[in-house]
Amino acid sequence: MDLLESWALSLIVFLPLVGALVALAIPKEREEAVKQWTLLVSVATLVLAVVVAARFDFGAAGGFQFEVDLPWISAIGANYHIGVDGISLPLLVLSALVVVLCVIYSWQHWDEPRNPRAFLVLMMILATGMNGTFVALDLVLFFIFFELVLLPMYFMIGIWGDRTMRKIPGFRKEVETRLYAAIKFFIFTLFGSAFMLLGFLALYFKSGSGDQQSTFDIPELIARGHLFQGTFAWLVFGAMFLGFAVKVPMWPFHTWLPDAHTAAPTVGSVLLAAILLKLGSYAFIRIAIPILPETARDWAPAIAVLAVIGIIYGSLACLAQTDVKRLIAFSSVGHMGFVMLGIATLTEVGINAAIIGMVAHGLITGLLFFLAGSIHHRYHTREMSRLGGNLKLMPVMGGILGFTAMASLGLPGLAGFWGEFMALLGSYQPLPGLSTSFFRTAMVIGAIGTVLTAGYMLWMLQKVNLGEPSSEWAGKEFHDVDRYEMAAWAPLIVLIVAVGVYPKLVLGATTDAVVGLVETAFRAVGG
Amino acid sequence: MPRIDWLAIAPEVVVATALLVVLAVDLFLPRERKYYVAALAVVGTTLAMVPVILMAVSGDSYSMFDGSYVVDDFALVLKGVFLVAGYLVLLISVSYIESDRYYQGEYYLLLLSSLLGSMVLTSARDLVVLFVALELTTGPLFLLAGWRKGDLRSNEASLKFFIIGVLSTGLMLYGMSLLFGLTGELSFEGIREAISSAGIASEPVLGLAVLLILVGFGFKVSAVPFHFWAPDTYQGSPPPVTAYLSVSSKLAGFVAMLAVIYLALPAVTDFWGPALWMMAAVSMTVANLSALRQSHLIRLLAYSSVAQAGFMLVPFAGGAIAPDGLSEGLGATVIYLVIYAVMNLGAFAVVIAGGRRIGSYEIADWRGLGSYSPRQGVMLAVFFLSLAGLPPLAGWFAKFVMFRAVLISTGPAGVWLAVIAAVNAVVAFYYYARVVKSAWFDPAPDEIPEDTETGPTGPLSLAMGLALVVVLVVGVFPGLATFFGDAAAALVP
Repeated sequence: MDLLESWALSLIVFLPLVGALVALAIPKEREEAVKQWTLLVSVATLVLAVVVAARFDFGAAGGFQFEVDLPWISAIGANYHIGVDGISLPLLVLSALVVVLCVIYSWQHWDEPRNPRAFLVLMMILATGMNGTFVALDLVLFFIFFELVLLPMYFMIGIWGDRTMRKIPGFRKEVETRLYAAIKFFIFTLFGSAFMLLGFLALYFKSGSGDQQSTFDIPELIARGHLFQGTFAWLVFGAMFLGFAVKVPMWPFHTWLPDAHTAAPTVGSVLLAAILLKLGSYAFIRIAIPILPETARDWAPAIAVLAVIGIIYGSLACLAQTDVKRLIAFSSVGHMGFVMLGIATLTEVGINAAIIGMVAHGLITGLLFFLAGSIHHRYHTREMSRLGGNLKLMPVMGGILGFTAMASLGLPGLAGFWGEFMALLGSYQPLPGLSTSFFRTAMVIGAIGTVLTAGYMLWMLQKVNLGEPSSEWAGKEFHDVDRYEMAAWAPLIVLIVAVGVYPKLVLGATTDAVVGLVETAFRAVGG
Repeated sequence: MPRIDWLAIAPEVVVATALLVVLAVDLFLPRERKYYVAALAVVGTTLAMVPVILMAVSGDSYSMFDGSYVVDDFALVLKGVFLVAGYLVLLISVSYIESDRYYQGEYYLLLLSSLLGSMVLTSARDLVVLFVALELTTGPLFLLAGWRKGDLRSNEASLKFFIIGVLSTGLMLYGMSLLFGLTGELSFEGIREAISSAGIASEPVLGLAVLLILVGFGFKVSAVPFHFWAPDTYQGSPPPVTAYLSVSSKLAGFVAMLAVIYLALPAVTDFWGPALWMMAAVSMTVANLSALRQSHLIRLLAYSSVAQAGFMLVPFAGGAIAPDGLSEGLGATVIYLVIYAVMNLGAFAVVIAGGRRIGSYEIADWRGLGSYSPRQGVMLAVFFLSLAGLPPLAGWFAKFVMFRAVLISTGPAGVWLAVIAAVNAVVAFYYYARVVKSAWFDPAPDEIPEDTETGPTGPLSLAMGLALVVVLVVGVFPGLATFFGDAAAALVP
């Protein structure tokens, strides 16, 4: 085992954290130095992630590579066990990439009260949490990273978030959007993850039997899946479901999402949409389904129902929005609904759909939030009734917005298509044992959802991009996309096209791992 | 003359000597140099660590006075914790007491006496020693709570604390006398054997004795429904004394409880198991809900400490349910105590430092602290969020071992208690986060409070720094804290 094998993943996880600590040592006034340093650190992390991807043995994508397994808290049997397989690799690279783009984008865009150093430090801590979640192979380690992302995001929303006053039902006085959104985001997620932790502990205690030690190790727990049966497994799955579903978020646990997304500063929304939402659905694939496959099958119809409701509800809610950023936020509910529908089928096609859907959603919705931020930056409003004719005022930005909206509605040839298409395909033929007619109904409703998605995306484009600019903008100069924005967006645009034209970019890594997962989990059931 | 092992009682001897030296030196010091006694007290506590560490390294255990006084791993670990907590409280006190400029010598004398009491307590293995040590711990605190003589609130604090303290002592003594009457034994080991050999484990009178003792301890650790003195006493006492009350005195109550329950009464889980289950559930819920409505930082911390006592009781209940859960429960409680002690003292240190600058403990007045004093703002966030139990701060591990201890018994009682604790952890986050929100999200007031501290600030900063390092390091490498739990868990027979 060479040095890279054993160190690469740890570096990807902890380099940003070290970078954050070093950045704290740079005087606050030297903003340029802080920015350059953070860029350096995040690019180095990305390079490492790309190197890992390049050295990754795609022939053995089903197994974990670059594994490290060291004792960590020996008293409770928790280890520092990390590794990547075909499922986590694309998400890890995506996470490292998005962080770099966020650093570039924020070069010139600072929300009040500025303080770039603090903002970038939080972003780097966030990066550690995100990368760590994708490589953790121990439940306690996973829990720590899963929770670690909360604090930086809480501060990002709370300090740099939207300061407009809003009337919230149930509150006597108007409150600032950022304050309400920050605490709501936190309480929802914490509530879920508290139960998730109880589920993890229950698994731990149940996993010890005979001469076998109890363990938190994910691959080991998967191997001992037969120990978890009946009501116990049902309750544990429920506890973990709460934790993961809030994070995804699935309907009806989604209500924190529109608030958090809308209130967060642009970069915060991008990171939330592109990476944080994936932690929940990734956890379903990595933890809940392989460890408790039989129970997952009992739960699958319920998950499918919630996913389908999410698709339809998200789309309809979009049509009722007047704020373009809030519209994009609700569109996430719909898109994550497709991801969860794919997962609920428990088939190779469906889970592959979920992963490519996650990657695509990360690229597309991340870009959409960047655009929403830049639009707000120019017009100082996000009300669609006041916008219009954007394409005339800023042809390049309007063009990119049009392109991204097309990708988001699932135009074939762009990344968004594969996730939706394959999720529906998967529901046509779900795992044996699941009701085919039930899932085909879900497929039909999901298909209606794609139409609705197209509907609201086109409606949004019509309101924002087309038509004549409103008279209030007459005579004002709008500078089109600047070079920082271009630098941050170009990689996303390229990747949206690349994944759309050549989905094997993602599926090539995931397929073997997913096939392995489904076979191991449901072999006994008879595939 | 019984055989005395001088090394074994060396920590207590050092602390006792230190308090006598403080008393003597204080008489001869001119007024403006009274703070020398603080230095002496700090040196005394530091020196007392030496024999503790020596014994811990050698790994021997000592038993004296017919087994009434035992120095084993459990005792050593907790002596260490009490010393560190006492050390931190001394550091926190210096600038506050110095600026009041009266009775400095007596302040440190009383603090050291209380510390001495808790150190003896860790070694107590019979009811009499336990009782005397517990009273030595609390007695001086009645006086310290009323330290600000001119302040009515401080008088109220002292009086309430005194009356409740005497009441709880009375109840506890009654329970102990019943226990003695039933078993004819004073030593914990004797009581345990008598209960099993006489077959009285389900005797109703024994149940009464156990319940009375628990009620007494309930007051000491301020668990609901015996907590109502805490908010007023905490608010009225000088903040450094409150810090000591909320950590060392609570710790003392728990240590006494651990010793009595696990050494003397492991066979009567049917009595104390359900009682503590209820006490834990009610403490967490009532205190957390009350804390939500507090606007005064110290009252908030008071309710928070009641809620934390509830969390610490959870492993007791878990231990009672599971067949082999006793040592797991004991270890979990001790780990929780250790982490709680450090993070709560850290929180108090920040609150005292900030309070001296801002001149108010109203949460609303702390708005914008992060913008004009980022260092204090960061400390505040770290300690309060650690109390909330967020990874990667040390508090998460305390909560983790607590859940672990109660889930070891996969029965419904354990699961329900875990669920109640989980919901409470979320509720608790809300009020801790409110303080953080005020300090970081709310805009600074127009007139930023000037830093007018004239006294020495070094000790307070040192206390904060030490607590910060512990909270961060233990949060990332919790294995360090499990050492305490493992050492203590050896107590369970």
